[in-house]
Amino acid sequence: MTVGFVMLCHTALDRAAQVARHWATRGCPVVIHVDRKVNRANYARLHRALSDLPDIRFSERHACEWGTFSLVAATQAAATVMLREFPAVRHVYLASGSCLPLRPVAELVAYLDARPHTDFIESVTTEDVGWTIGGLNLERFTLRFPFSWRQHRRLFDGYVALQRRFHFRRRIPPALVPHLGSQWWCLTRQTLSAMLEDPERANYDRYFKRVWIPDESYFQTLVRQYSVNVESRSLTLSKFDFQGKPHIFYDDHLQLLRRSDCFVARKIWSQADKLYRTFLAPDAASQILAEPNPGKIDRLFSKAVERRTKGRAGLYMQSRFPNENWENGLTAAPYSVFEGFAEVFQDFDTWLGKTVGTRVHGHLFAPERAEFAGGETIYNGALSDSARLRDYNTLSFLPSLIWNTRGERQCFQFGPRDNQAPSWFMARDRNAQVSVISGAWAVALFHSNQNFSEIRREAARLQKIEAEHLSILRSPWTKARVRIWTLAEFVQNPMEPLQTIIDEINPRALRRVTEAPRLAALAGFGLFLQNLRNQGMQPVLMGDFPVGDDTTSAPARSGRPYLVK
Amino acid sequence: MRKRRELTPVVSRVSAIRPSDILLFSTLRNERVRLPYFLKYYREMGINHFLIVDNGSDDGSREYLAPQDDVSLWTTERSYKRARFGADWLNGLQMRYGHGHWTLVVDPDEFFIYPFSDTRPIRALTDWLDAGSIKSFPAMLLDMYPKGPIGAQPYHEGQDPFEIANWFDSGNYTISRNSKFGNLWIQGGPRARMFFADMPERAPALNKVPLVKWQRSYAYASSTHMLLPRGLNLVYDEWGGEKAAGCLLHAKFLDTFAVKANEEMLRHQHYANSHEYRAYKAALDDQPDLWCKWSDKYINWRQLEILGLMSKGNWA
Repeated sequence: MTVGFVMLCHTALDRAAQVARHWATRGCPVVIHVDRKVNRANYARLHRALSDLPDIRFSERHACEWGTFSLVAATQAAATVMLREFPAVRHVYLASGSCLPLRPVAELVAYLDARPHTDFIESVTTEDVGWTIGGLNLERFTLRFPFSWRQHRRLFDGYVALQRRFHFRRRIPPALVPHLGSQWWCLTRQTLSAMLEDPERANYDRYFKRVWIPDESYFQTLVRQYSVNVESRSLTLSKFDFQGKPHIFYDDHLQLLRRSDCFVARKIWSQADKLYRTFLAPDAASQILAEPNPGKIDRLFSKAVERRTKGRAGLYMQSRFPNENWENGLTAAPYSVFEGFAEVFQDFDTWLGKTVGTRVHGHLFAPERAEFAGGETIYNGALSDSARLRDYNTLSFLPSLIWNTRGERQCFQFGPRDNQAPSWFMARDRNAQVSVISGAWAVALFHSNQNFSEIRREAARLQKIEAEHLSILRSPWTKARVRIWTLAEFVQNPMEPLQTIIDEINPRALRRVTEAPRLAALAGFGLFLQNLRNQGMQPVLMGDFPVGDDTTSAPARSGRPYLVK
Repeated sequence: MRKRRELTPVVSRVSAIRPSDILLFSTLRNERVRLPYFLKYYREMGINHFLIVDNGSDDGSREYLAPQDDVSLWTTERSYKRARFGADWLNGLQMRYGHGHWTLVVDPDEFFIYPFSDTRPIRALTDWLDAGSIKSFPAMLLDMYPKGPIGAQPYHEGQDPFEIANWFDSGNYTISRNSKFGNLWIQGGPRARMFFADMPERAPALNKVPLVKWQRSYAYASSTHMLLPRGLNLVYDEWGGEKAAGCLLHAKFLDTFAVKANEEMLRHQHYANSHEYRAYKAALDDQPDLWCKWSDKYINWRQLEILGLMSKGNWA
């Protein structure tokens, strides 16, 4: 008892000949169907190349077009020849011209001998299929498809839409339950002959002639009528990409294919010399009878599909430039934005860096330059600190920085003095943790040595900018994790908010924060605000700061910072 | 189209081109020292025929190229600038000889790499693109530079230029969309960082689409940065996914650069009144070092794909 191969060929006939010879010289008869579109000279060459082999037949040629019944008709014709001409064949294996056997034929024969009544064919009900492309599952069986999908896509789509609109339905023959599956199968003589010789066949064929992609449904549906033992999987390793095109194997897949323990793989690139040389070599000593295990290859290809459809979050590059809201994540990793902290605390960045164990930048969007951590002029990825370069395309700068420093959390300061262009970007970004002490910019003015009229003007400007920024952060479109305190609120109890932020940055930290950052001197700040009021400017973002100078909060301690329990 | 008439054939072997051949088009001037490695690199990649326009070389480039079996050569003394920086000449040749072929348009200092380029020849790529009905393939220009002053290590004929210039900037590129042509406009890298920090808008464009399944009706609008019809520029995914993309490793910053910059300054034959070269010239006088401690050393295409400069897309 043996297995016979039916090969459907349309290109790379020299490769098909090589594989056919491999099988035929190892006791497996081969019936070849060549697409009628192949010209006569090429067909004759193939014929000649295999003329020395007694166990090779050529079946009647059909012109095959993808997605139509012609492929089924070609298969039927070739299978009929196989069953008629080679009575010793018990299993018929459907392969294509770009298939390649990965294991010695003897192993396949032994495998099938151990399962003499099993039909290997992927056959899944339409409800359970997850892989069809283009959304046609059950409708493949209930609509009509007179137009070519390849050549007249518009007519095809239009006609489908029309039929949907008018609720057109074809009647599925009552005996049949639609099933779909990979077109590459291996069926027993019993099952296959029952299919081909059934008096009802003409009716079924007539029905399937109008079904969409019948090569993925004809045998898969009918096998359920005749088979006693369907094993719903294909023995051929064949993977499809997100558009339903088969993935192609190249020389560099050699090890992967070897370890897959699959019997046959498709589709092989016709010039993958090393694969053909290796797998068609005289059979190596037989290995253990392993079950096919395509897991690794599955993972490789499903990763490729994911890369093509989802891409890497936070990456903007020459072949990935998502439209707004299609980014799958605006940036590559979580980061923290601190607004007002550097003004309220002395040496805040040093303290934060020590506490969360990461590098902390100054104001990345400062008007003078991007204040990278440690005063660097160039940062990861050779990002320059030049304000001109940064502001030329602000929406490239921040995602680039986050992408370049993947694996290391970024923290930076932001405030109303800075370029406000990234406000919306940060607000929309789920990865952003934005903590704001509103009105804290006034502390810097309070400490500055400027004339009061200048301070007043600057205060008015910064307040306006920050108010706008806060309204962005409070908008319903904001996805960032935003926390806002007024300055007055914050200085009442600075440690609790700090602890919350730190915990969020570093959730697995075992120790609580013990050393607090030192607050900037605020003695007289209330009076300073009152002076601003007296000059006609209304500072509102700081909250209710007591005018009576440094009586209540008096947070400006000197000496050692206090400890939290 | 008329610009094609400016070309005088030196040696034409176009009759040897078979229908499935992959063709390389290039225009050059005084690149003799680079040519041996250039031809070797692309022959090994699987290019079948080179169609080259020589713009008045006087360093023996023409004499070197003429006897090569797989080269067809044209020459012209006319203005590079008036021929839209060579694009008109090459568009003409592509229209005539490129129709139906995969065509790669590169300068002699541009080295194309694509996913799996170390294990798969370019035909594997074009077959895969054909199977997916993809007509154009992008490759961003990646400026490569040496560590130390440009020109400290002399380049020898036949040498792999990336033995010298093997550093690059991995993450300082800016991207915006060009609504007129639908292409992305990419700038940045060491040239923007070093020469154009004061005028970033002038920094050279790095987006390129060098590999195209050519049709008579196609044309490069500006160098290989933009194509017509516009659909060919849609080499990027707009819905979050990644399409496959390669890189053009740019071996510009070798010891030949200073000579070139001087020459181009005098000839005024480059884009925007040679603004670019003027910036180089000014900077070059102080022996610049493009290298910084955040420069990455080039290893292979996989490294560039991990860094996000190119992508395998759904090729696996």
